[in-house]
Amino acid sequence: MDRLLRGRAAYGVVWLACFAPIVWLAWRVFAGELGANPIETLIRQLGVWGLRLLIVGLAITPAARIFRMPVLIRFRRTVGVFAFSYLLLHLLNYVVTDQWFDWAAIGKDILKRPFITVGMIAFVLLVPLAATSTNRALRKLGPGRWRQLHRLTYLIVPLGVLHYYMLVKADHRPPLIYAGIVAALLGWRLWEAARKRRALTGTAPAP
Amino acid sequence: MLIRQGGDLTENDVTPQGLYLRRREFMTGIAGAGLALGGGAAKAATGLKGIASPYSTEEPPNTRQDITGYNNFYEFGVDKDDPARNAGALKTRPWTVKIDGHCARPGTYDLADFLRGNPLQQRIYRLRCVEGWSMVIPWLGVPLADLLKRYEPTSRAKYVAFETLYRPAEMPGQRRAVLDWPYREGLRIDEAMNPLTIMAVGLYGETLPNQNGAPMRLVVPWKYGFKSIKSVVRISFVEKQPRTAWNASAPQEYGFFSNVNPNVDHPRWSQATERRIGEFRRRDTLMFNGYAEQVAGMYRGMDLKKFY
Repeated sequence: MDRLLRGRAAYGVVWLACFAPIVWLAWRVFAGELGANPIETLIRQLGVWGLRLLIVGLAITPAARIFRMPVLIRFRRTVGVFAFSYLLLHLLNYVVTDQWFDWAAIGKDILKRPFITVGMIAFVLLVPLAATSTNRALRKLGPGRWRQLHRLTYLIVPLGVLHYYMLVKADHRPPLIYAGIVAALLGWRLWEAARKRRALTGTAPAP
Repeated sequence: MLIRQGGDLTENDVTPQGLYLRRREFMTGIAGAGLALGGGAAKAATGLKGIASPYSTEEPPNTRQDITGYNNFYEFGVDKDDPARNAGALKTRPWTVKIDGHCARPGTYDLADFLRGNPLQQRIYRLRCVEGWSMVIPWLGVPLADLLKRYEPTSRAKYVAFETLYRPAEMPGQRRAVLDWPYREGLRIDEAMNPLTIMAVGLYGETLPNQNGAPMRLVVPWKYGFKSIKSVVRISFVEKQPRTAWNASAPQEYGFFSNVNPNVDHPRWSQATERRIGEFRRRDTLMFNGYAEQVAGMYRGMDLKKFY
């Protein structure tokens, strides 16, 4: 299993999995299968897939620890960059196909519609993470600062879920399921951090 | 009041014949499938004719496919394609309408009796959804005023309240408390009696498909779509402003009046523009959805920002 995950093929599989939703969406666009309101469907689907990939990215570290498979960590960046790409397309579709560069309307939306405000903040916070996803950026920042910066995901993902929750009219079950998963993934990190602290103080020599 | 003459349009004028013929095949196919599955909606849609109305718009109607495939009807699910998928099991026969409240002739009436004596009219109306999209729909229906007057509402009837069928066995969306079922709506009595307000029983020359509110639904074209309550089983003449489903669910977002108004934003959407289904660029939303001529008088002196 470990050897399989270390191979190039595993990378290919992760890439294909991340690509599949956009290929499926593109196919539906060209086949005219996005329903009566294709622009809205496209924006919605890009947003949902971006959020799902963000959550998958957030799940990789806990999964690597729990299943003792540190090799999983190497897929984290791929998933994260794909998540950013979907969300960039999500935003571009809003700006271009939905609003047709109506900057006044977009500005008003960002200021006056809380769900858009929240989504925009989340996206802006995501930009530096995408920008520092290269090996060079990691070397330049140093692993400590890089890790610190990338902890922004702990804020970004909940904001993404909140953005989704706020736009839903009545049936809040789907965004609440996402919220539950994110709470579990972040809760695990708190628990893990507390456990480590306990372990450290427990083995520390008496002064 | 200025009434534009709509000409002598019939249901055959609003859709190209090629489409119409294919639609027939499609409907026959659906009916066949329904029969094969032993479904309750196996009855094929029957042809209806309506008299052209001067209230109709001359804008091109949306396709039947869009009108019957993109619906908000939470009784059948919250996604736009859920109603078309899930509404097949709804039995619309027999169907009764309960009339109660402040009127001289309350009672429970069979749908055919409720509608009897009122020739169908074709009303091609714009429909503007509160979510920022719109369509043009060739309804077939009867002015609500003509229907209601027969029950002789008294002077205490200041509002009219409407209720949708509650039947979770056939309306799967009602099995979860997404809204406080049954769906309720209401109009002020003058709004209910306005000549634009109709009870629709058909569209595109056929009886209403279930997902569009069969067998009878309200159409109030100058208000956001959710005011046009579907599958109506009860009409009450009441003195106080009735409770309405979306207002109860989120009062700061959905007011009782909910007139289409580009100047009053929904907290989550700008209402200044809309996307007409089938068009790419958004278009400006018109005051009262373009029906100001006929309805603005009813709201004279009212602060529409307060009574949204």
